Amino acid sequence: MPSSVDIVSQHPHTTFAHLQDMEPPMPHPLLDSKPKITIEQVDFYYGEKQALFHITLTIPTRKVTAFIGPSGCGKSTLLRCLNRLNDLIEGTRLKGRICLDGQDIYDASMDVTDLRTRVGMVFQKVNPFPKSIYQNVAYGPQLQGIRRRAELDAIVERSLQGAGLWEEVKDRLHQSALGLSGGQQQRLCIARALAVNPEVLLMDEPCSALDPISTAKIEELLHTLKEQLTVVIVTHNMQQAARVSDVTGFFLMGELIEYDDTKKIFTNPSDRRTEDYITGRFG
Amino acid sequence: MKKLLSSGTLFIWICGLGVAASLLMVFGLLFLIMINGLGFFWPKDLVELTLKDGTTVLGEIHEREIIPHSISPELPEGKGRLLIKIGNRDLYGLDFRWVDEQDIISRAKPPDAVMLERREWGNFYGRVSRILRGDRIVASGTEASWQVLPQLIERANALQEEIQHVEKDLIGDLNYQIEQARLAIRAHELKGERDSPEIAALKRDIAHYEQIYQQYVAKLQALTDQLDDYAVVMQDTSGQETIIPIGLIIKALRPNEMDVMEKCLMYLANVWALLSEEPREANTEGGIFPAIVGTVMMVLMMSIAAVPFGVIAAVYLKEYAHQGWVVRMVRIAVNNLAGIPSIVFGVFGLGFFVYTVGGTIDQLWYPEALPNPTFGTGGILWASLTLALLTVPVVIVATEEGLASVPQEYREGSLALGATKFESILRVILPCALPGILTGFILAVARATGEVAPLMLTGVVKLAPSLPIDSHFPFLHLDRKFMHLGFHIYDMGFQSPNVEAAKPMVYVTTLVLVTVVVTLNLTAITLRNYMRKRMKGAAV
Repeated sequence: MPSSVDIVSQHPHTTFAHLQDMEPPMPHPLLDSKPKITIEQVDFYYGEKQALFHITLTIPTRKVTAFIGPSGCGKSTLLRCLNRLNDLIEGTRLKGRICLDGQDIYDASMDVTDLRTRVGMVFQKVNPFPKSIYQNVAYGPQLQGIRRRAELDAIVERSLQGAGLWEEVKDRLHQSALGLSGGQQQRLCIARALAVNPEVLLMDEPCSALDPISTAKIEELLHTLKEQLTVVIVTHNMQQAARVSDVTGFFLMGELIEYDDTKKIFTNPSDRRTEDYITGRFG
Repeated sequence: MKKLLSSGTLFIWICGLGVAASLLMVFGLLFLIMINGLGFFWPKDLVELTLKDGTTVLGEIHEREIIPHSISPELPEGKGRLLIKIGNRDLYGLDFRWVDEQDIISRAKPPDAVMLERREWGNFYGRVSRILRGDRIVASGTEASWQVLPQLIERANALQEEIQHVEKDLIGDLNYQIEQARLAIRAHELKGERDSPEIAALKRDIAHYEQIYQQYVAKLQALTDQLDDYAVVMQDTSGQETIIPIGLIIKALRPNEMDVMEKCLMYLANVWALLSEEPREANTEGGIFPAIVGTVMMVLMMSIAAVPFGVIAAVYLKEYAHQGWVVRMVRIAVNNLAGIPSIVFGVFGLGFFVYTVGGTIDQLWYPEALPNPTFGTGGILWASLTLALLTVPVVIVATEEGLASVPQEYREGSLALGATKFESILRVILPCALPGILTGFILAVARATGEVAPLMLTGVVKLAPSLPIDSHFPFLHLDRKFMHLGFHIYDMGFQSPNVEAAKPMVYVTTLVLVTVVVTLNLTAITLRNYMRKRMKGAAV
């Protein structure tokens, strides 16, 4: 095709400069500094159906990373791969590597329960156990063999404070957790996850069932949480992603379309489909 | 019409009718049992009927029946016949009699008519004539004798109690000791010892026990002699006299003289006697205490065996097993197991538990008692285990449903906190499934309490000499045969020679059985509701 050769030869600078920008990617201060989790060439299957295609990305330490995309795009699937919760579903398969601090979490030597204490999770559907508030928070530490009452008391108080719930529930720690409001229950779930001192906290649409005030409280919480741990959040709400995250990945049909600084994604996306999605043209 | 059909109104009415019919049947059944059962304890008035042929009949009216005109056209319309309990089996041979109403000239309720409840021969209805001590008359005349009678009966009852104490407790204990010593000697002999010092010591023990036994027998004889001191001469309605030793009498009443208050007290006393005493007269009289104890113990042991087993099986099927065709087949098999006729379980229990397992236990641990079987014969343990087999499908199905109702989020939430699957099941899933498990328990208890057929093969008896629980080590005797309310009903109602006399007892026993089932169920239901409330997050 002579015409294309022509274009290349006439504008060598613009075309090639663009290609060179893409690979190797431009050195990025956020993404390459201290990766907590690296995902390399991950394919994921539910039986015969492939849900994720060649996902490669790195999740930076002590930042909030948001996954956005339309329903069924695979963002929750990827999130659940990070603490191997998809192991529960029969017939699932994963190819590629996911490393936490450089250690392959799908390696045979990985202790899954140990992994899950390091990578905590908060779910879309608010799910405190039908026990007391205290027992909910103490559940994780007790599993780790902590039995001493004073120690547990301290952990419960610290975790509830970490989730911003302590002041509201300190007088009714031994009442049922199901008596709390939806937003309080979700913060209790966060406290429960914090009680085992995770390094990473996965949040799967944590605010989708909550009212705006409870949502605001949890978003506020994320800002303080990221001082201590790495947060990965899946959300449908793009304003939320824009407000709380440092890095955003946009997924479509099981593929990672764009992964960049949140500011860049929302102001100047490089992919047309990202722009269409965040401006509400589809999805 | 089409509109009526499509709107579903008709369907709702049909459903409503169905529910109403079921409720009606259940409550009708309960009502029938209650009416017939509770009336049994009320001290009935004694009626003296004078008949056309000049004879008189004294007794309690039990039933009235209209004789259909078509059967006896000679009778005027609306006349019936009465079933009278005339008692006095020793005199008449039968204690019930039908009397045609049109043969009756007059009815009276004589205040001096006496009802004697006796240890043998059933009730006596008549009048007190005189009281004898040996051949000597102590009191004569109806009123004078009636005044003396209560003290004498009280004394006799005290004596009876003492005799019972000597027979059951003292001699019973002694027999137990002798039997133990005999078995110990036999065990030494089986080991090949002939004249070891142990055997000699045991033999000395036995000799010592037998000496004590002789003392007890002498004491017993003295007591029995005292009991036979006094006798009452009773006159039946026709004037025929009969001598009844006081020791035979449990209580004497003049029901026609009693006011409502006294009758109420007597009613309560009768209820208590039924619940706390042992049966007499081929089970048709006396109490049903051993049957209540046997039933409750068997149900508890059944639960201890069936519930954990069923829960573990359900957890495996639901949580661990790969949900393939094997598990589907197992599930179908479990459901079908619940539909197998219970007598088949009885046969299996007899063949497997009693003969195979029990026989082996006897060979290994109780060789000294052979050829008398210890566990190799029906007993409460084998009956309970057989019933546990029968009810375990119910527990499995209910527990599986309970597990299925636990939200997936709880499982994921627990695993995400670093729990292993086992820890999740133990600490989150099973507590949440507890209402379902309790439902299974309730259904199992309801089924097991009412089941009789398998028990008849695996250890229930008409009359058990001793309770499966007593004060001898090891207190709980799993090898003993036991009595059961369901079997008691069958035995009294259909196997006793005196069906008419046993009828009220059948109703009463049914009532007690229903009460036991309802009580056990209500306890479990209350517990389940409490658990549900906790799950839902109301005040804990």
